[in-house]
Amino acid sequence: MSDTPVSEMSFEEAMRELEAVVDQLERGDVALDASIALYERGAALKKRCEDELKRAEEKVAAITLDADGNPAGVKPVEGL
Amino acid sequence: MDLIDDPQPGQNAPEFSVSEISGAIKRMIEGEFSHVRIRAEVGRVSRPRSGHIYLDLKDDRAVLAGVMWKGVAAKQVTQPEEGMEVVAVGRLTTFPGQSKYQMVIEEIRPAGMGALMAMLEKRKAQLAAEGLFAPERKKPLPYLPEVIGVVTSPSGAVIRDILHRLRDRFPRKVLIWPVAVQGEKCAPEVARAIAGFNALTPVGALPRPDLLIVARGGGSVEDLWGFNEEAVVRAAAASDIPLISAVGHETDTTLIDYASDKRAPTPTAAAELAVPVRMELLAFTENQGARLSRGITTGLTQRRQRLTDLGRALPKPGTLLDAARQRLDVASDRLPAALDRGVQRRKLRLTELSGSLRPRVLGRMVAGEKDRLTRLSNRLAPALSRAVTQRREAFSQRARLLQPQRLQADLQQKKQDLMRLERRLSQAGHSQTARWKAQLEQAGRLHETLSYKATLERGYAVIRSEGEVLTRKAQAQKATHLEIEFADGRMQVGGKSAPKSKPKPPEQGSLF
Repeated sequence: MSDTPVSEMSFEEAMRELEAVVDQLERGDVALDASIALYERGAALKKRCEDELKRAEEKVAAITLDADGNPAGVKPVEGL
Repeated sequence: MDLIDDPQPGQNAPEFSVSEISGAIKRMIEGEFSHVRIRAEVGRVSRPRSGHIYLDLKDDRAVLAGVMWKGVAAKQVTQPEEGMEVVAVGRLTTFPGQSKYQMVIEEIRPAGMGALMAMLEKRKAQLAAEGLFAPERKKPLPYLPEVIGVVTSPSGAVIRDILHRLRDRFPRKVLIWPVAVQGEKCAPEVARAIAGFNALTPVGALPRPDLLIVARGGGSVEDLWGFNEEAVVRAAAASDIPLISAVGHETDTTLIDYASDKRAPTPTAAAELAVPVRMELLAFTENQGARLSRGITTGLTQRRQRLTDLGRALPKPGTLLDAARQRLDVASDRLPAALDRGVQRRKLRLTELSGSLRPRVLGRMVAGEKDRLTRLSNRLAPALSRAVTQRREAFSQRARLLQPQRLQADLQQKKQDLMRLERRLSQAGHSQTARWKAQLEQAGRLHETLSYKATLERGYAVIRSEGEVLTRKAQAQKATHLEIEFADGRMQVGGKSAPKSKPKPPEQGSLF
């Protein structure tokens, strides 16, 4: 089990950790209190993954450049 | 160079001003070389901010300065580069201010595909030697990027394909950096875009992408040439943000593909490399959640079941003691009786044993033994006399069998046998002697017949000398005397007497 707080994990890390937690819990050789702790961590990881997946919003913007070719801002792009 | 020498005094040639002569030359050159095609190798190239391009065209002996005005340069499919073998089309002109002439290029293109490819290979080898394409430089792509920066043309199918595929898989924030994807501006703009995205800070006004896609649709080698430019390749290699290149079709490979962290065959494929499929991840997460619940539930259920089983197997404390208590009751009930019975049993046994132990019993035993002794001693004397009688009778029987008449008869018989044998021996001796006598006589007669003496009877004689028989006259002549044997005796003949009749020596011998 990694020590990284779940809230700071990337989606990929959370996903891997969730899988490991589930595997461990399913093997059934974990002590009772440890398995409850595992379950709680697994639930947190699952929520983290779900939140990440829910944030799947599309937002497309094009960068506008100034006269020197440096980025000046963005303008929304639609219709693509 | 002054075209006009100092006029010699007396010469009457017209005098030109420098401008005049320069103008004359310019007119002449531009008139004569208003349209030329020149094959050359590109020498030094410079691109000032004005947008014009200045370059040298050269071969192994001469150099020609060239210029490409801004408008013309932007239209060129292939940008000239140092070392490139080109065919340039344009006109010659002079630059009177510096007494120079140059070529104004209208069109420039590589001198055949071979020259272009050779140059590309050379550049690739050079950049590879610098390590820009090394596998260890490749960065892994993020599993799920938050913001994706796309460097491409803002209009056209490419960005549409990418956005569509991203939408299908996992909608993300996309920042498009618009660039020209062909022509002279392509390479510098693309290089600038890559560097520009890298220059964004995570906390800046613009979100910094975690992934870059540099994309362009299919086209000719010349169309894609910008992505072979050194500036683009270097910018891609220098990018800290992982970069996917998707330039042209699958069969087109440009140098940026070697420097990028991942090469996608098409823009759509780049989108697929960029993000995972959201629905799959949702399903995965759901599945993991279900397994998680099932895992904890199963674990708890199993433990509860086990606890129940164990509790059931655990007997009540009372029942544990019941059996023992019962045994105690039974045993304590039996205890006094058992003690009594034990004493009784032993008492009885003592009585039995002590009852039989009395002096009378002993006396009876002694009397019995005494009787036995008497009986046996009474039997002793008769038994002895009976044994003697028995042995005497046996002796008498033997003695009766021992009689002298038998011996005498036997002796008589053997004596008669002996006499008979004597008689037979005597008879046998006589008859044997008589037989031998008869045989001897017969042999003597036979000997007589065979002897020379019978011959003597018939008138023959045997002559001997010195005991030896003489059979030859010579022997007789030599002999000192002869002895003749006749049938009836022997006669001595000759001077010398036989040794037996040797003359007696005189009694009185000579004196000497």
